[in-house]
Amino acid sequence: MASHYEAPIREPLVTGDKTYHDVTVDVAAPVEGRANKQWWIVFSIALVAFLWGLGCIIYTVSTGIGVWGLNKTVGWAWDITNFVWWVGIGHAGTLISAVLLLFRQKWRMAINRSAEAMTIFSVVQAGLFPIIHMGRPWLAYWVLPIPNQFGSLWVNFNSPLLWDVFAISTYLSVSLVFWWTGLLPDFAMLRDRAVKPFQKKIYSLLSFGWSGRAKDWQRFEEVSLVLAGLATPLVLSVHTIVSFDFATSVIPGWHSTIFPPYFVAGAIFSGFAMVLTLLIIMRKVSNLENYITIVHIENMNKVILLTGGVVSVAYITEFFIGWYSGTNYEDYTYMSIGAATGPYWWAFWALIICNFIVPQTLWVKKLRTNYMWSFIVSIVINIGMWFERFDIIVIDLSKGHLPSSWTMFSPTFIDIGVFIGTIGFFFVLFLLYARTFPVIAQAEVKTILKSSGEKYKKLRDGNHE
Amino acid sequence: MSNKVIQAIYNDDDVLLHAVKKVKAEKHHIEEIFTPFPVHGLDKAMGLEHTRLAICSFIFGCVGISVAATMMYYMMIVDWPQNIGGKPSFSFIENLPTFIPIMFEMTVFFAAHLMVITFYMRSRLWPFKEAENPDVRTTDDHFLMEIALHGNEKELTALLEETGAVEVIVSEKH
Repeated sequence: MASHYEAPIREPLVTGDKTYHDVTVDVAAPVEGRANKQWWIVFSIALVAFLWGLGCIIYTVSTGIGVWGLNKTVGWAWDITNFVWWVGIGHAGTLISAVLLLFRQKWRMAINRSAEAMTIFSVVQAGLFPIIHMGRPWLAYWVLPIPNQFGSLWVNFNSPLLWDVFAISTYLSVSLVFWWTGLLPDFAMLRDRAVKPFQKKIYSLLSFGWSGRAKDWQRFEEVSLVLAGLATPLVLSVHTIVSFDFATSVIPGWHSTIFPPYFVAGAIFSGFAMVLTLLIIMRKVSNLENYITIVHIENMNKVILLTGGVVSVAYITEFFIGWYSGTNYEDYTYMSIGAATGPYWWAFWALIICNFIVPQTLWVKKLRTNYMWSFIVSIVINIGMWFERFDIIVIDLSKGHLPSSWTMFSPTFIDIGVFIGTIGFFFVLFLLYARTFPVIAQAEVKTILKSSGEKYKKLRDGNHE
Repeated sequence: MSNKVIQAIYNDDDVLLHAVKKVKAEKHHIEEIFTPFPVHGLDKAMGLEHTRLAICSFIFGCVGISVAATMMYYMMIVDWPQNIGGKPSFSFIENLPTFIPIMFEMTVFFAAHLMVITFYMRSRLWPFKEAENPDVRTTDDHFLMEIALHGNEKELTALLEETGAVEVIVSEKH
């Protein structure tokens, strides 16, 4: 076992004396079993929320954007807030599967599959908003540079909104193939275990005839590595481009060079919070406590602490530069005295409390290794990061250069309904995923079993090999 | 000539690795090894050549950046060199900064997707492909080594059993 040496200081990542076969059985169990009552209840709630949101979307598109709470000053509010929020959530998945792969972090293996699923499902939600917030969404295909009968009228490549189209579609499609390629060996495992002919057929189809040859694995690992190398700059660039929607404008509070890295840090911050929210529940309901352990939760909390720190530093920087610039207009931005005491004071303080203060509790080891507290903090961060985008968008727009244009924004129930609908759609997809997909990359977990499994660690500690 | 193969099944990756080294030392040609997960060092022990997919990916990325640059140069500078918000459209280099995001994205897009497609084609993977692993346990916790037989059945069986195989099967290759 000398080839599997690991420093004794490292805690086991797979607890409970698991063998290779145990991993297979545990991962396959939720797929091969039947959904229980609670699953159906939660699924029904999510489905109803989704259908309600769908109704709101259809109503918006068929009646007009005027049914939302937008006005002539505040032309972006909940739509783009939700868009940026969902894109941000998606970023943790790629971070876990790509960046942590580049850094050879073994603890990623139990969580990467679900994190990537979360990425895909949340980018799908994000992708709805650029379409439905259009006044004429049926002409959305005009954003593509397709040769046409208008003398070949092209798009303008100077706009960050067009960069968004390229960024989001590249991000979604690359994440999808990355996820799917990683799924092939796991689908193959399900295929080879399936007893019902229908199940066998489905997983044969999904696994693309994966047979696990030595050469296949060699290529598989190279592909994973190169994709991780490509996905890492991709994840940084996508949220950078999303931040350009604001940073390249001339609006005070938006026009800021700190936005690209700050948005990316915020995206990882909120994304990890969402991964925590989902996995703390999933480890319980899918009986995966031996794979998603407190070590994983603590490591994710540490990443949250880091990125939360980066975000906090960015807030302070914004605040400082707002003052340092000597520009009067900066007084009204989301990071100023004016914002803290103005009409959106509650949104401002929600941001400060949720993103700045509460996550700092994770410095305490007792709290960051506590499931309940991690769960609460993760929810708080998700709320706080929604407010961050809301503050950036709405507070800055509501008080622009010209006082005669100053106004307030309040959402209508359609704004809210669409957002609830995307949350419902997300959970519909995620719940279906949790019952039909191998939620842990079992082929990857098996590679670390001997180095990080509790059973093998005990063996090593026993005979001091 | 008979088309017989011998299949040795192992239940541990370390035992498999030692077996591979031993079989290689005895100058037998290993046809194929099926494993449930990537066994590190297996390709080296088998003497597989390194994959060139990363090189492919680099070339595809170069194609991607060329496509993006050519497209935007033609559309923005050559075809309709309009003034949109005072952005200089006289030459490619003057308006280059706003082209960077899309050039970057398309580089990644081409490099990632074309490499994945290349991988699927080279490894012969597609939706309706039949699985070819000879034993279903090889996607769970067993490892299978396949060696062609050339009338040396007894000798090989003995060798494989000695390496710790839990099962040795001789079968007709179809």
